[in-house]
Amino acid sequence: MKILVCISKTPDTTAKITFTDNNTKFDTNGVQWIINPYDEWYALVRAIELKEKDPSATIHLITVGGADAEPIIRKALALGGDEAFRVNADSHDSFYIASQIAAIAKEGAYDLILTGKETIDYNGSSIGGMVAELLDLPYISLASKFELDGSKATIIREIEGGEETAEVNLPVVVSAAKGMAEQRIPNMRGIMAARTKPLKVTEPIAVEALTSVTSFGLPPAKAGVKLVPADNVDELVRLLHEEAKAI
Amino acid sequence: MSVLIFVDIAEGQVKKASLEALSYGAKVAEQLGTSAEGVVLGTPKEDLAALGKYGVSKVHHVNNPALDHLDAQVYTKVIAQVAQAVSATVIIFPNNMDGKSIAPRLSARLKAGLISGAVALPDTSNGFTVKKNVFSGKAFANISISTPVKIIALNPNAYPVKAGEGTATVEAFNATVDTPKVKVTSSTKASGEVPLTEAEIVVSAGRGLKGPENWGMVEDLAKVLHAATACSRPVADAHWRPHNEHVGQTGIAIAPNLYIAIGISGAIQHLAGVNRSKVIVVINKDPEAPFFKAADYGIVGDAFEVVPKLTEAIKKLKGIS
Repeated sequence: MKILVCISKTPDTTAKITFTDNNTKFDTNGVQWIINPYDEWYALVRAIELKEKDPSATIHLITVGGADAEPIIRKALALGGDEAFRVNADSHDSFYIASQIAAIAKEGAYDLILTGKETIDYNGSSIGGMVAELLDLPYISLASKFELDGSKATIIREIEGGEETAEVNLPVVVSAAKGMAEQRIPNMRGIMAARTKPLKVTEPIAVEALTSVTSFGLPPAKAGVKLVPADNVDELVRLLHEEAKAI
Repeated sequence: MSVLIFVDIAEGQVKKASLEALSYGAKVAEQLGTSAEGVVLGTPKEDLAALGKYGVSKVHHVNNPALDHLDAQVYTKVIAQVAQAVSATVIIFPNNMDGKSIAPRLSARLKAGLISGAVALPDTSNGFTVKKNVFSGKAFANISISTPVKIIALNPNAYPVKAGEGTATVEAFNATVDTPKVKVTSSTKASGEVPLTEAEIVVSAGRGLKGPENWGMVEDLAKVLHAATACSRPVADAHWRPHNEHVGQTGIAIAPNLYIAIGISGAIQHLAGVNRSKVIVVINKDPEAPFFKAADYGIVGDAFEVVPKLTEAIKKLKGIS
């Protein structure tokens, strides 16, 4: 079985979000970069678990990014995975990125392609669906459980206010949400091994981006909290009803 | 040309997020001087003509039992056929679980630029630009689409449902429907409860509640407010509450009208998932809890005393004895 896991680099969850160049660029000054949590904790770790059950499986990782994405893909290799691709391109357009991943995936004939449910920076939730369409494969998004029996996958996905169990035969593209696996910490052996694992850098295929960022902004700051004494809950209810009109 | 809105249904019922998408789509059509039309797949239990109330003149119905469960691959091909038949230039999805499965596929299929997580109407004064949330709600971005066909996935609770007068013409659409490869074998739904992503009011609690046995008062408060319940990450990680209740950066992002946070300190990752809420109330015994800085109203006090009193006060307001 061949598994491809899509890895994205994102700012740390505690990073302060500011913009430069007249609000057209994310200010990366002092930002710590991490593997997008959904890609790491759920997609990659589930792939590693599948390989632990079936040692004949191979795991390839892919990221689309510049040289600054290399520490992230090495960190992912330290967790697990046999080899990695980096497509040497920088883009914020989901279709452009998905096209690069699909081009590599086509060559590799993977049985399972895993992505995180979204990245925590652009929140597009788009890569998995686009890759699936470009490869004409079935797609299950927001999976919180993934079990494999031969070539049949049983997947639980989130739906509004509940969950749904579905079955599908490989090959399939799946986006991973919380619940699919538990976060792991890379160990020293993994970190050492990652240094010598193959990391292939390829140039991007020619694709037109479909969207572009015009500008960024920050939400308006809150006016400040109105504190109500703990022994006057009626006043809070009055404010919520009459002033905020929220109840 | 037209604006086509995907009307997502669950067990035959039109979802609230779809009504928002319809109202939004009708407004976009008005901006562009064209008509708004809906598309429904599968077997609805509601009268589709009534969707005219939300501003669509026509509803295209692809009635095929193979579409009663979502297979995004099959859905995408069907919606693409409808979009081409009605020469849709803008296609709108609710950015809910189903929308997130279908919209990206359709974008790749039609080579149509996609903006997912839109929170405002498009700005058409210079091109076509839509505001969306980025950095998990900590910021927004204006994204422009350069392709002739444009796809927008609208965030839940970002645009109000606008119901007026009107009836839509319902037309059966004869589409080629592939055999689904995804077989849905079962689904569970917390019946009678309000889905978290669609809820107008959310009552959420954290580690300050000390243990899962203390959630009764949270559920009582949620019940009188007709609210959904949620929790912070440590609570879900400790299995006090199910994972699907976890709101925050790595859980579900929500934007209700009212968010009541009980015993949650307000870590930056939690705020990222809830800071689009219109009104935030924080109840915490620690006056230094960072959540107070992001709140509109707050009570510094013991949740075990304040919450039951709050429930009673709301009952009094609503005339429930």
